[in-house]
Amino acid sequence: MPVDQSSSEPPPIAAPIVTRNLTRRFDGVVAVDRVTLTVEPGELFGLIGSNGAGKSTLIKMLTTLLPPSEGTALVAGYDVAKAPAEVRRHIGYVPQLLSADGALTGHENMLLSARLYGIPSREREAKIEEALAALELTGEAHRLVRHYSGGMIRRLEIAQSMLHRPAVMFLDEPTVGLDPIARKAVWDHVRMLRDKTDTTILITTHYMEEAEELCNRVALMSRGRIAVVGTPVELKSALGPNATMDDVFAHHTGAEIEVEGALGEARRTRLGVRHHG
Amino acid sequence: MTRIAEFCEQVVAVAAAELAKLRHDPLELFSRAVQPVLWLLLFGEVMAQVRGIAEPGTNYLDFLAPGILAQSMLFVAIFYGIAAIWERDLGILQRYLVSPAPRVAIVIGKALASTVRSLSQAVVVYAVAAIMGSALSYNPWHLAGVLALIAIGSALFSTFSLAIACIVKTRERFMGIGQILTMPIFFASNAIYPIALMPHWLQLVSHFNPLTYEVDALRALMLRDSLPVIGFATDFAVLIAITVALVAATARMISRMGA
Repeated sequence: MPVDQSSSEPPPIAAPIVTRNLTRRFDGVVAVDRVTLTVEPGELFGLIGSNGAGKSTLIKMLTTLLPPSEGTALVAGYDVAKAPAEVRRHIGYVPQLLSADGALTGHENMLLSARLYGIPSREREAKIEEALAALELTGEAHRLVRHYSGGMIRRLEIAQSMLHRPAVMFLDEPTVGLDPIARKAVWDHVRMLRDKTDTTILITTHYMEEAEELCNRVALMSRGRIAVVGTPVELKSALGPNATMDDVFAHHTGAEIEVEGALGEARRTRLGVRHHG
Repeated sequence: MTRIAEFCEQVVAVAAAELAKLRHDPLELFSRAVQPVLWLLLFGEVMAQVRGIAEPGTNYLDFLAPGILAQSMLFVAIFYGIAAIWERDLGILQRYLVSPAPRVAIVIGKALASTVRSLSQAVVVYAVAAIMGSALSYNPWHLAGVLALIAIGSALFSTFSLAIACIVKTRERFMGIGQILTMPIFFASNAIYPIALMPHWLQLVSHFNPLTYEVDALRALMLRDSLPVIGFATDFAVLIAITVALVAATARMISRMGA
């Protein structure tokens, strides 16, 4: 319910993400099927599903990259279809691909974001420095990103997308293709983001461990639909005392997750290596 | 910041990122400078021996230099879309598209970067033409006019290229189309021979070709004591109108690159 679309302040609305029957079709194939979801302020919300479940399509609609075929979505209080420019002002997005520009230095990538997001020039350097320090990239700021490791690029992207203090942050498969140490580092920084800012975070993943480590609540997604929503503890205890998140996933979606996941992951990792190495 | 100042900042941000890449890897500029030099030295020297191309009493190399400048600008700009497709495949373009920068600011920023690339070629063409003894004009107003023409022409063709990229979306398809377009744009223009030499039907076609207007004005401004065949007012009006229309259309289409 955008009250005043010309104002850059978010209107007072309780939930940072509200979708109703959000649907996206591609040439007759339904990628996201009537998703109705509410994410509460300050939550770190996980969207879990195998590749092809519709997670990225859902995120693309919420970040205004893709118009919905049907249904509505409010992000930071603004309708993604009617006020996409206002939505963009209030969100941060870390896409699935390692997408920081490899031909620029870390600092230049940050400067680009700062300017695109209208951060006034006198505050720019201080904010860039602060964000780089928070993500432990200060020493690497003036190296070309193509020489960064995957984990460093991810951290840089998180730094870029938090620069303008977004109300809602979207992280699409943030640890795909990272080694275990880099993955843990990204987790630490996502947790820091949750604890030290009031940003609401939506993260997609197909790693159950990641969902359990990070998320307050998770939604399991399968074939474009939300199968179940709840806290990891709730979902597990509903199945039995020794149930794991993998059991929960299998129970609600009737599918194993890692098999499908591994294929897509290998492909994307290769893509990332080719582009940056 | 007011919205206008913010808009300008966003345009500059997009262009500055492109320029930073050039600064890190200037080899691209040098390699791109080779082509116009070869055209002037090889093609120009040979064709200068052919009677009848240039008007009596004029030097063909003088005639050719502005045409080659326009050509090198065209060749840089027309493959600009492929860089956009590349950026889309990497996810870089999507980051621009989720930012609050208006689509039109992104399109203008990209066009501006193309202009800067072409300016480096202008320096090379001027240098080679000067060494070869062309009757170049160094009147500051003329030089400013040449700058403006390169800016408009680069913006026009790079935005045209970006529009095609938004439609075809893959590098393979783009390469094919890029090749198909460059040849007729170049040869159905006054870049390397006067329109008067063309058969009647081609003369008609050349009047629908923006490069004709670009070269007409460029030639008059680059050379001493030279006047446009079509006229400055028409040349600039046509070029600016097409550029504005293309920028507006591409700003609407670039959203397609997000998905």
